[in-house]
Amino acid sequence: MPATLTEKILARAAGRDRVSPGEIVTVRVDLAMAHDSSGPRRWKARLEALGTGLWDPDRVVIVSDHYVPAVDADSAAILKLTREFARDYGVKNFYDMKGICHVILAQHGHARPGLVIAGGDSHSTNAGAFGCYAAGFGATDMTAIVATGETWTVVPETIRVEIDGALPTGVAAKDIMLALCRDLGMGNHFKAIEYGGAAVTAMDMEQRTVLSNMAAELGGETGIIEPDETTLAYIRAHGGEVDDDALTRWRSDPECTYAHIHHLDASTLAPQVAAPHSPANAADVTDHLGVEIDQAYIGACVGAKLTDLHMAAQVLRGRQVAAGKRLLIAPASGKVTEAAAKDGTLAALTEAGAVILPSGCGACAGLGAGLLAEGEVCISSTNRNFKGRMGHKDASVWLGSPWTVAASAVEGRIADPRPYLAKAREAA
Amino acid sequence: MTQAITGKAWVFGDRIDTDLLAPGYAMKKGPEELAKHTLEAIDPDFASFVRPGDMVFGGEDFGIGSSREQAAISLKTLGVGAVFATSFARIFYRNCINIGLPALMFDAAGKVQPGDRLSLDLSAGRLENLTTGRSFDVPAIPPHLMAMIEQGGLMASLKQRFSAPSTNEISS
Ligand code: SF4
Repeated sequence: MPATLTEKILARAAGRDRVSPGEIVTVRVDLAMAHDSSGPRRWKARLEALGTGLWDPDRVVIVSDHYVPAVDADSAAILKLTREFARDYGVKNFYDMKGICHVILAQHGHARPGLVIAGGDSHSTNAGAFGCYAAGFGATDMTAIVATGETWTVVPETIRVEIDGALPTGVAAKDIMLALCRDLGMGNHFKAIEYGGAAVTAMDMEQRTVLSNMAAELGGETGIIEPDETTLAYIRAHGGEVDDDALTRWRSDPECTYAHIHHLDASTLAPQVAAPHSPANAADVTDHLGVEIDQAYIGACVGAKLTDLHMAAQVLRGRQVAAGKRLLIAPASGKVTEAAAKDGTLAALTEAGAVILPSGCGACAGLGAGLLAEGEVCISSTNRNFKGRMGHKDASVWLGSPWTVAASAVEGRIADPRPYLAKAREAA
Repeated sequence: MTQAITGKAWVFGDRIDTDLLAPGYAMKKGPEELAKHTLEAIDPDFASFVRPGDMVFGGEDFGIGSSREQAAISLKTLGVGAVFATSFARIFYRNCINIGLPALMFDAAGKVQPGDRLSLDLSAGRLENLTTGRSFDVPAIPPHLMAMIEQGGLMASLKQRFSAPSTNEISS
């Protein structure tokens, strides 16, 4: 029976030859990840009540990213509890203020083809870019997972998103996802999203994680991409081990059954922005040119990796953030900051007037620095713009790619990045 | 077996997201405090006036967004007896069931108005609108999930598992 990649992984984890969509199966989890907000602070009392510890501390990854650095006594207490838990429960894979959890999993070789990864965060789909089944779970589910090493799931149907064509100048993986939020909607609940096609093959791993990350915005259970040489090279370069046969083993069979195949020709796309308060409110940036902004924000697991900072710097080099406006940049991890410092990107950003913030979720989740006042407007490289998410409930957040956010910072209003990139290319 | 749940209807629209249910800025607070902010951005009265047994109705994509279980816990803390929506986000749905808050796929359009008095019999799968005198079938919760709700949620069923004399199902 031909199977999708997701079905193959779930069958392996369920100890079965095959599984079919709609079946309820119990699967062994290979890796459990949680952060300071969803992890120890929600697990500790529950594990104590159960009188048990972690099923396998070496398969648990804890990342402090939501409340870092502490801004008050409450957040400091959450971080303290997280550190003590990691120490007391023997979690060696504890990343304290090293970056955002999803980027950490990628940059430390934890995400690998064929695994079942359970994450205490909705964007845990991010790891699907490495050919694993990676899904988000709430705190009680995660407690059960870290206590027992298993969970139940309904085997999802798979929607294949086939992205052909080459991305035009100024159009990024982020624009693809905003367009998909509009076209596929955010209601693909209990479905696996599988991305493929020429445009995906051409992407580096950082761009691919944008697709997998924002599978969460499509409502998807996971956002999976079949591994190829690009995948294996990245994992090995980041300290992970992976077998060569991963490429033949972890693919969807040619005759497998998809719930639906959605085709997108990337070459026809323009840069997108999503209007407040939903990623599904996406439209061509040219429909919204000139909307006044107060703040531009480049941050989050989806929008502040090294390539995202490079995109911003391409626009900002030799230019200035518009007078009276602010551009805040929170690099997604310490490794990103280090690389951006070495290659001159950070200097290009700060010379343009950007303010660099600590690595962490920060303003994305409304927890850290860079929040909005009543009535303020922000354009952001983050993944969701729900009402009230980034500060005051009557603030407005627009979403765009790092190129679009940077161009908007320069003009002080929503701007098309393409003219800037054309000029950058002429100058190069 | 579960008893009938009775209360008043609170009706909301599509895409009630987790930032509306549990606003980020209040996430540091404990459950009682956080619950006071439930849905405040769209209905400042909800948290003060909702009563135990009241039922919440939404449209498409109820609970979309973050994995934060507090979105479901806040509703339960306020005493909400059941949540109905035409569709649920996966993580939110699992969270509801895990904490023993019934989540039912049901299109309430034209059947339930804000403030209607309702009675829900979960095991029979019947929702009765006491205000209009009409009653409706609601789809059953899958048996293995219903068993979990009846045990009191996932923690209660885990407790049973860990206190069971034989531990051979807990493989290392
Ligand atoms: S950066 Fe934002 S979207 Fe990413 S994990 Fe943190 S809060 Fe979630």
